[in-house]
Amino acid sequence: MASTMETHLRTARDAGRKLLVPYLTGGLGPWTEHLRAMADAGADAVEVGIPFSDPAMDGPVIQAASEQALRGGTNPGSIFADLRGVDAGVPLVAMTYYNLVFHMGDARFAGEMVDAGFSGMILPDVPPEEQGPWRAAADPAGIDTVLLAGPITPDDRLRVVCEQSRGYVYGVNLMGITGERSSVGEASAVLARRLKAVTDKPVLMGFGVSTPEQAVEVAAAADGVIVGTAVVRRILEGESPEQLHAYIASLRAALDAG
Amino acid sequence: MGDPDATGRFGRFGGRFVPETLMPACIELDAAFRDAWADPTFRAELDALLRDYAGRPSPLTECHRLSEELGVRVLLKREDLNHTGSHKINNVLGQALLTKRMGKTRLLAETGAGQHGVATATAAALMGFDCVVYMGEVDMERQKLNVFRMRLLGAEVRPASSDSRTLKDAVNEAMRDWVATVETSHYCLGSVMGPHPYPWMVRELHRVLGDEAREQCRALLGGADPDVVVACVGGGSNAAGIFSGFADTSAELVGVEPAGGAAVGGGVPGVVHGMTSFLKQDEWGQVEEAQSISAGLDYPGVGPEHAHLADIGRARYPNVTDQEVVDAFRTLTRTEGIIPALEPAHALAWVIREAPALAGRTVLINLSGRGDKDVAQIMDLLEGEG
Ligand SMILES: Cc1ncc(COP(=O)(O)O)c(C=O)c1O
Repeated sequence: MASTMETHLRTARDAGRKLLVPYLTGGLGPWTEHLRAMADAGADAVEVGIPFSDPAMDGPVIQAASEQALRGGTNPGSIFADLRGVDAGVPLVAMTYYNLVFHMGDARFAGEMVDAGFSGMILPDVPPEEQGPWRAAADPAGIDTVLLAGPITPDDRLRVVCEQSRGYVYGVNLMGITGERSSVGEASAVLARRLKAVTDKPVLMGFGVSTPEQAVEVAAAADGVIVGTAVVRRILEGESPEQLHAYIASLRAALDAG
Repeated sequence: MGDPDATGRFGRFGGRFVPETLMPACIELDAAFRDAWADPTFRAELDALLRDYAGRPSPLTECHRLSEELGVRVLLKREDLNHTGSHKINNVLGQALLTKRMGKTRLLAETGAGQHGVATATAAALMGFDCVVYMGEVDMERQKLNVFRMRLLGAEVRPASSDSRTLKDAVNEAMRDWVATVETSHYCLGSVMGPHPYPWMVRELHRVLGDEAREQCRALLGGADPDVVVACVGGGSNAAGIFSGFADTSAELVGVEPAGGAAVGGGVPGVVHGMTSFLKQDEWGQVEEAQSISAGLDYPGVGPEHAHLADIGRARYPNVTDQEVVDAFRTLTRTEGIIPALEPAHALAWVIREAPALAGRTVLINLSGRGDKDVAQIMDLLEGEG
């Protein structure tokens, strides 16, 4: 059975809308205001990075954001506390590395996420084979765990990823870490088509996307797009919630225009 | 020591916590290594390289003067005499041959003290691979000589400039590179850590030093084994190598950690760099920076098999301070005319400290590397002390 988040995303998709899911680093500046601005500007869900000391899947921009947030005293507890009383109006998906979960304990972490209003979780360093303990806690708690697939994921693993993933499936556009790229390329469309061929869960493509043109290009073969580094870079450069609203609105408008 | 289960676990430690993008490469590597390790042609080729190129077997040296001073019979397994100056070459030659077998053309490595980087750069030169080595900025400064050696050998040395700017950050950078280049690059990991199959594969590639030491000890000791086998532990590869020669004997196994990077002694179970193991971390699970005089041991984690050996009580993992290490470094130099690397000086420091309790016993120390790389650092440190 589809969860609330998945139903929300499917309904939008089935109505012909391309999904837009921005990412921001939790704990960085007035981050809940940035979050609300992005939701208001037409995001369909928002991913919240919970900073970790060793973000091995992230490029220099998100690394810098994580370090800055950590230096400012951010921890999972402060992220959860910051979110209490915030109603962004869209599903929130946490993205972090497994050690923070493992350290607190899977069940307690999942429980805290629910209390803070999260609907989903992305753990890039937990492949299908290692999902067990986390899923035993997250699934009953109602947290959707989103799995990732990449351009060289073979067909058999692609199927497993799509079966296990909940909420949506995260297609990684390119071989590499997070960061903006001048061109996202053909690999994204190829992967999106392969994913769409084996699942009817929403397929969102991320990594490397920053401009409205890229968003449209990447969303074409998929159900939507995830934009991370471009958002975080703007926040690091000091953009206000209003400025970020304008950026997300520009992506939204481009996606709606097709 | 036993093999890990199908999920790459030693007891409750190990596993494979990597991005999906790297899973195919880890699975391919596991299959390729199993296949190669069972192939007599591969084994013969590796044995020939270890003999004719690296200079194996390394000797076993009895330390007469030091033994007399301590009242403990001290034997050294001389991995410092290998080509490139440490045990690291055993693992690297194996992985380089495997790289050729997998049809890849680029070697990636992380390095702390620079010994693994130098070994990897050496193998790349020998086999005609491109080579990129990641090294923490702090380590590039304190191990300048090795940075220069790697560059002479044709490798590109790239600084890891995030967080603690030491070994753990170099591992992160190497993983980031690997995610982007996995189709042509092999990540030549330098210790018994990381995702499966690395902890197991790297131990198997260092087993040669443990097997040799066991034969050499038996020849010297009239068929007996040493009472205690001691090695320093960063990620734990030299210790895994020597322990694997004695795990099924009654020898006591001791892995010595730096006081400022004691993963077993001061950590709790955690998940980083692809594995579950003991890890120094804060109350939220953020990884803590290690603090050690020795760049090669400046690592907040430890290989999963060591975590398991500690768990089941087969080995123990005490730690020593930087000062004890410097003293041990000088002691070996003056009593035996052997300048050790700062890393194995940790093993020696423990033996010196525990000498009263070890009186009359025979102790085998794995002298994992030579101290040439550390002489400049020690010179700065001892300036004025005379
Ligand atoms: C001489 C020497 N010994 C030991 C180590 C630590 O590594 P491991 O614990 O994997 O043996 C290093 C690492 O750089 C080293 O250079």
